Amino acid sequence: MIEAKRPKLELLDRPFVDRIVDEGMTLLERQGVMIENPEALDLLGEAGADVDRGAQRARMGRPLVERCLASTPASVTLYDRSGEKAFVVGGDQVHFDPGSAAVTMLDHETQEERQAVTRDLVDFTKLVETLEHLHFQSTGLISSDVPPGASDAYRLYVGLRLSTKPFVTGTFRVEGFKPMRDLLAAVRGGEGELRRKPLAIFDACPSPPLKWSHLTAQSLIDAARAGIPSELISMGMTGATSPVTIAGTLVQHVAENLCGLVICQIASPGAPVIFGGSPSSFDMRKGTTPMGAVETMMIDAAYAQIAKALNLPTHAYMGLSDAKVNDPQAGLETALGAVLGALAGVNVISGPGMLDFESAQSLEKLVIDDGICAMVYRLLAGIAQRDQPIALGLFEGFTPDMQFLSHPHTRKFYKTEHIPAGLADRDPYDAWVAAGRTSIVDKAHADVARRIGAYVEPPMDASLRMEIESIMTAYARSQGADHLPPLGI
Amino acid sequence: MKDDLYRSMKEAIIAGDRVRAAALAQDAIGSGVDLLEVIEKGYVPGIQRVGELWEEGEYFLPELISSAEAMKAAMSVLDPELARRETKARTAGKAVIGTVEGDIHDIGKNLVASMLQAGGFEVHDLGADVALDRFIDRAEAVGADLICLSALLTTTMINQKRLIGLLRDKGLRDKYKVLVGGAPASAKWAEDIGADGYAENAVAAVKLAKALAGRG
Ligand code: B12
Repeated sequence: MIEAKRPKLELLDRPFVDRIVDEGMTLLERQGVMIENPEALDLLGEAGADVDRGAQRARMGRPLVERCLASTPASVTLYDRSGEKAFVVGGDQVHFDPGSAAVTMLDHETQEERQAVTRDLVDFTKLVETLEHLHFQSTGLISSDVPPGASDAYRLYVGLRLSTKPFVTGTFRVEGFKPMRDLLAAVRGGEGELRRKPLAIFDACPSPPLKWSHLTAQSLIDAARAGIPSELISMGMTGATSPVTIAGTLVQHVAENLCGLVICQIASPGAPVIFGGSPSSFDMRKGTTPMGAVETMMIDAAYAQIAKALNLPTHAYMGLSDAKVNDPQAGLETALGAVLGALAGVNVISGPGMLDFESAQSLEKLVIDDGICAMVYRLLAGIAQRDQPIALGLFEGFTPDMQFLSHPHTRKFYKTEHIPAGLADRDPYDAWVAAGRTSIVDKAHADVARRIGAYVEPPMDASLRMEIESIMTAYARSQGADHLPPLGI
Repeated sequence: MKDDLYRSMKEAIIAGDRVRAAALAQDAIGSGVDLLEVIEKGYVPGIQRVGELWEEGEYFLPELISSAEAMKAAMSVLDPELARRETKARTAGKAVIGTVEGDIHDIGKNLVASMLQAGGFEVHDLGADVALDRFIDRAEAVGADLICLSALLTTTMINQKRLIGLLRDKGLRDKYKVLVGGAPASAKWAEDIGADGYAENAVAAVKLAKALAGRG
């Protein structure tokens, strides 16, 4: 029986990959990277980098970078809240999670973006819990009814209360790390357990070109020491904060992310690191950072290929759109990105639900995008042989009135070979008219309500619930809030 | 003769040629012509034409910013000489700009600063992650008309509101027009916090600044 081939996209030839990596390492050696974090500079100095403290710059030789590459695990395994279900982030595995940290949400009733509040965060988390093709949650919305200083941990707190899936998250302030780690450790049952079975990934972005800020370098160090996987999110904007050429941006991407990887490894050798990113093809007319541009997706697919050559797990911001509402642009950009990212074997694809340059989340879009992800997984499963011979057996004793529909072969395989339509419209025209000409967005809206209604809160011990509540309350208090908004589950 | 010089200046700005724009400014100083006239008749028509080319969709950001930088290069040659001659170029106004405390996003702020400068404003760019007091101190020191605050994080946009509170506390609120911008800001946010204006991009920011500074 011939195995299904995993369809794969590779945009670069091997010599091109090697040349980009080589130039990236040369940048680290010659220009180095500015790192606005004294602890990171100290660590780098001790590890043998050439550190100029006045200029806050570290130059890293190849031996150091190569040593750090060698100590980085080729894959990371995340576990759900129960600690039973494992998700391998590595190889060509693909996991989708909603695009994270949206500033606003698209309100379906008004079709306007508005600030999110706790209720929205609760609905968002519940909905994602029900969407089977989104393997991870992301702390995808910022809640405006808690003090801004506490909002990074708050979204994780709400998520942990309501969901069992692993999280993609990150800090907004250096002080945010501790409460976030404490929440995760509490849920996992201790820091040691959290290290053994990571429950969340922390995103950290370098500041292009060639700089790591104090906050994000600290996040790398803290996460590495806690055994929490860091996702390195280099995000050059072609022609604005990185070279205008795609290949040039890739060189900078490699240098920035490898610098982050080195910081993680010297803080704690063997620390889990994911080579990710959110680069964009900068729009020279509007001054915006389109995630739906095909060049953006080309950069993503290419750095994923490079990271694989370096034997690292990968991430990208793909499967999202710059449209402002759920219009055709939203669908086409999301689908194109999700397909290309999956074909490129990106392990963590952050994007579903997201609109407006990573600014807005839409519940309806989450449902539609879950359907896109379903199609993507079907595509990745490829074409299997299933039968030996493939079809000749079926045609034995063939007569012109042969019935495929009622054939046992059809009944045996139709559900494995084909996935259901989901929300896509497949009615004949008249039936579609008779059913009220509903659009996919209308159907998605109804599905959101149905799913949130059917959501069942995963059980959590009362003592654990109180523990995480008190961690959150203490942090919120330090940021000036006496109490947390009711979750209203 | 002078007309040729002015035409060359205009062309240097349109071409975004920093080196030439500065060299022509040096020539002008050497030949003793009236520098204010040089600015008004040479460089300003250049940047005006660039604005038109942008509006017409002919120019993109690389051209726009190159021209803004050519303008800056010329002015940095002319300014010391103007000061020496105790004259002053007419500005559209003085603006203090920066990204607020806790926020390192500065690409949008830089675009706005460049465009304000090209639009004839005297711009004092404090950079990113700027302590709120520094905006006020600088505005007081230079006699600014505008304070422009950029914020890209929901966690830092609150600092736009805080700055307005600080100005009030110090009894300085009416002295400055406060402009806000950045992804989480909006016209509604500006209104809610009592700012004087919001703009969604750099070109709109210049229009708004000109309207608010009221110096034409
Ligand atoms: C590029 C980018 C970065 C770069 C910034 C590099 C730099 N030197 O600026 C880097 C990688 C450093 C970065 C870091 C982070 N980022 Co960031 N970043 C972005 C991104 C993708 C684009 C911003 C941008 O430059 N746009 C292009 C410019 C030209 O547009 P603009 O800034 O909006 O400016 C225009 C207008 O707004 C206006 N304007 C701007 N300022 C002003 C001021 C005035 C007075 C006026 C009138 C007009 C005006 O005119 C400008 C020109 O047209 C946004 C996504 C987004 N939707 O904005 C996220 C985004 C803002 N970042 C985000 C986050 C979370 C972070 C981090 C916290 C991530 C982390 N944990 O590492 C850190 C922040 C660290 C910190 N303390 O500041 C979130 C914010 C979420 C939130 N709810 O607040 C966003 C929305 C992405 C997301 N959804 O996750 N980021």
